[in-house]
Amino acid sequence: MQHVIRRSGAIILLTFSVATAAETPADFIARFQAEARQSDQHFTASSARGQHFFNSVHANDWSCSSCHTKNPAAQGRHAKTGKSIDPLAPSANTERFTSNRSVEKWFRRNCGDVLGRACSAAEKADVLAYLMSIKP
Amino acid sequence: MNSIKRAISPLVLCVVPLLTVAGITTVVRAEDDEDERETPFNIENTVYRQECGSCHVPYPPELLSTESWTGILSNLNDHFGSDASLDDDSARQIAEFLQTNSSTRRTNDDNGKPSHRISDTVWFKQAHRPGHDGLKPGIFQSAAVKSAANCEACHRNAAAGDYSENNLRIPAPTGNPSER
Repeated sequence: MQHVIRRSGAIILLTFSVATAAETPADFIARFQAEARQSDQHFTASSARGQHFFNSVHANDWSCSSCHTKNPAAQGRHAKTGKSIDPLAPSANTERFTSNRSVEKWFRRNCGDVLGRACSAAEKADVLAYLMSIKP
Repeated sequence: MNSIKRAISPLVLCVVPLLTVAGITTVVRAEDDEDERETPFNIENTVYRQECGSCHVPYPPELLSTESWTGILSNLNDHFGSDASLDDDSARQIAEFLQTNSSTRRTNDDNGKPSHRISDTVWFKQAHRPGHDGLKPGIFQSAAVKSAANCEACHRNAAAGDYSENNLRIPAPTGNPSER
C-alpha cells in the first residue's frame, strides 16, 4: 500500500513540475507566432522588424531601447531612475524568457509605458526574434 | 565677567556632548558623521524585492511612514508615470511587509501630506543637501547618478539595504568608470 501511495505521489509531483516547468525563448516565440497567425495566417516573426520596433520611439517618448539600450546584450539602465537593468538578450542572460509569469508581467507593464497600449502577439514575436538573433 | 565664564564653561562641557548624543538619535542634526546608517535596513522580503526592486533599488520600508506607503500602494497604476500594478496576492504580501517595517515617524512633504518620495522627506533633504558630506550641487542630475531615486549610484550596497559609510562612494559626475 505504501509504495502505491509513494508512486502516485511521485507521479503527481512530476506532473505538477512538468506543468509549471520554466519555458524557453523558443517556446515563447512559437506561442506568439501561433497567436499572431490567428489574425494573419501568413505571419512570420521577423528579426529586422523586431529591431526597428525595439528602437522606435512610440507614444510616450520612450523606446524599448531607452532602458534596454540599442544593444540588448549589454547592461541596460532605467531611463528615469538610472537603475542598472540586466541584459535582455537570452544569449547574454539565461534567465530571460524562461518564466511565463515574468514575460506576461513585463510585456504588460512595458508596452503600457512605451506604447500606451498592449503589444500584439505579432509585435512580441518580432521583438523576441530580434532578441534571439543577438550574439553575446 | 571671569566668574561668569568659569560658571558657564563646565555647563558647556556637559551640555554640548549631551546635545551631540541627542543629535545622533534625532532626525535633524548638525554633525555629518551620524547620517550614515551602519546597520542594514530590513528589506528581507522576496516578493517585495522582486516586485519593487527592478526599476529602482528596493527602498527600505523604514524610510517612509505607513501613510506614505499606503498612498503609494493605492496608486500603482500610475506609479511616477509607470504602471507598477501588482497581482492581489503580491499586493497583500507587500502591503503587510511595508506596514510592519515602516517608519514610526511622519514623512510628510512640504504641503503636510504623506510624501510618496523618499527624496522629498525632511530627513533625506537634510542628509543629502548640497555641500554636505562631499555632495556637489547638481550631483543628482549628473550622468553618473541621474536621479535621487538612484541610491545605488553612491550607496554601492543599497541592494542589500546597506547604507553604511563603508560602502558609500560618490561617483564622478561624468560617470567615467575609471573615476569611480
